[in-house]
Amino acid sequence: MPLDWSLLWLSLRYAGLATLFSMLAALPLARLLAHRRFPGYELLDAAATLPAVLPPAVLIYYLLAALGSWPLQFSWHAAVAVSAIYTLPLLLRSVRASLEAVDTSFENAARGLGAGEWRTFRLVTLPLAWRALLAGVLTAFVRAFADFGTTAMLAGDVGGNVNVWLFLPIAAVALGALYLRNRLRHARVPA
Amino acid sequence: MIQVRLASHGVDVEFQAGPGITALFGAAGAGKTFTLDAIAGFVTPVGGRIILDDEILFDGAAHVNLPPRRRHCGYVARHWALFPHMSVHDNLLFPLAAVPRRERHRQVKEMLDRFALQDAAPRRPRDISPAERLRATVARALIGDPKLLLVDEPAAGLDIALRAEWLRVLRLVRDETSLPILLAARDVETCFELAGHMLLLDAGRILQSGPPRKVLDQPVGVEAARLLGIRNLFPAEIVALDPGRNTSRLRLENFELNGPYLPGRLRGDRVWLCVEPGQLHAVPHDGSKPPPNHIPALLERASEMPRAVRLEFAGGIVAEIARRDFEPNRDNPNRDNKEWLVEFPPHALRVLGCP
Repeated sequence: MPLDWSLLWLSLRYAGLATLFSMLAALPLARLLAHRRFPGYELLDAAATLPAVLPPAVLIYYLLAALGSWPLQFSWHAAVAVSAIYTLPLLLRSVRASLEAVDTSFENAARGLGAGEWRTFRLVTLPLAWRALLAGVLTAFVRAFADFGTTAMLAGDVGGNVNVWLFLPIAAVALGALYLRNRLRHARVPA
Repeated sequence: MIQVRLASHGVDVEFQAGPGITALFGAAGAGKTFTLDAIAGFVTPVGGRIILDDEILFDGAAHVNLPPRRRHCGYVARHWALFPHMSVHDNLLFPLAAVPRRERHRQVKEMLDRFALQDAAPRRPRDISPAERLRATVARALIGDPKLLLVDEPAAGLDIALRAEWLRVLRLVRDETSLPILLAARDVETCFELAGHMLLLDAGRILQSGPPRKVLDQPVGVEAARLLGIRNLFPAEIVALDPGRNTSRLRLENFELNGPYLPGRLRGDRVWLCVEPGQLHAVPHDGSKPPPNHIPALLERASEMPRAVRLEFAGGIVAEIARRDFEPNRDNPNRDNKEWLVEFPPHALRVLGCP
C-alpha cells in the first residue's frame, strides 16, 4: 500500500500555522510579562496559562462553540485555532524565559544610548534571545505536530487512509526538530 | 552640574557634582550602583529630585520621570555591556541613530581614532583584547554627546595592566572634557588618584564628603575610618593635655601613650586613636623595662607582603615593617606567640571623633 504523503504535509502545514499564530500572540505577551510590573500582571499571567490547565475537551468545546463549528465537525481552521491556543502557554513560558535571560545591562545600555523600548527590543533583546526563542518555537511546533495525528484521527477525516508506516517520516520530522532545538539550547551564548 | 537628592528603600543621599571626577566610595551594597542607576533612569527611586544642567530628570513630588533615552547620561556599566552581536564600529554607531549618515560616520571615525580602536572596529567585542573592550565602552558612552558620565567601576577582572589602562582612560576623559563624571569606585586608590571630590557612602547614607586626601587624613568617625581601610583603631580616653609642651596623654585599655597636643579636646574626652600600620616600629622584647610609648604585645602572625612584612599582634595591633628589619627574625622558630615591643611614635598618633 503506497504511503499517503498528504497526511504528513497536512500535519506540517497545520503545526506550522498553529505555531505561527501562537507566536504572534506569545511574543508581545511575553514582552509585556517579562519586564512590565503593572497592576493586573498576575491576572494576565494566570489567564495566559489557563489553556494548559483546562481539560482539553472543555477547551475544545468552548472554542468550537465560539467559532460556530458546533455540532462538532472537523474543520481545518478550527483545528489550527485550537492547537494555537493550546500551544500558547507552552510557547509563552519559553519565550518569556528567553527574553528574561537577556542580561538587562545590555537593554539598559541601549536605553541609556538613546534607544526607545521598541528599538531596544528589535536591535538588542531579539538578536540576543533568538537562539532560545527558536528552541522554544521548535518545541511548540513538535508538540502541535504530534497532536495533529490524534485530532485528525478522532475527527475521522483520515480514517482508512492511515498507513502505520507513515509514523516513520513523522517521527523523523519530530526528531529533526528536537535535535535542532537541543543544538540551539546548548550553543555557546556570546559573552 | 548635577544635583541629586534621592530617597528610596535603604538609600537617602543628597549631593552636587560639577566638572571633574566625583567618586562614590563605600562597601558593596552601600548604594553606589543604585545611585548611578537612578540618575540614568534605570531604576525609579521612591522620592527625591535629580537636576542635570537645569533640566529636571526626576522629581518624585511633581511626578517627573524622564525615560533613560532622554536623560543624556553616558553610562559605563560594570561589565562593559558592549552589544555582543555587533561589531565595535556598530556599537559606536548605535547612539547616533538620529544623526545624518555622513556626520554619524565622521563621529564614529573620530572616536575610533581618539581611543585607538581602528583595528578593533570591524570585530565583535569577544574578539578584541580586554583593553580595547574597556576603551570601546568608554568611547560608546561618550559618543552621544552626554552631559554627564556615569561610571560603575568593575569590582573584579582588572589585572594590573588593565587597571593601569583603566586609570589612564579615565584620566584622559577627565582632562579632555569638562563633563561631570560620577564614579562608583571600588577602592580608595582609584578615588585618590582620579577624583577631585569623594563621597563616602555607608548603608545608603553619605558619611563624609570632600577632597579624597582630606577624607583619608581626617575621617569623621570610626565607621568612616573602617570603610577607608584604616587599621589600628583603639578607643581611648584623654587623661592629660599640656598645650605648653605640645603633649597629651592617652589611656587605652591596658596602657597609656604620650601623644601630641590635641586642640579642641578636653581632659576626660573619649576618642578613637588611630595609627597607620607603617608608622609603628616593632622589635622582639628582650625582657627589659619598656621605654615610654613602647607596648609589649604578643605576635600572632607575620605575613609577607610585596614591600613589607605585616605583623599582627594580640589586641588588634597591626604593624608593617620593612623586610630588611624583619630579616633577623625570619627564621626564628619562636617568633610567633612571643612578646614583641611595639613603639607608637607620638607624632604618628591621630585622634578621631567620639566612640
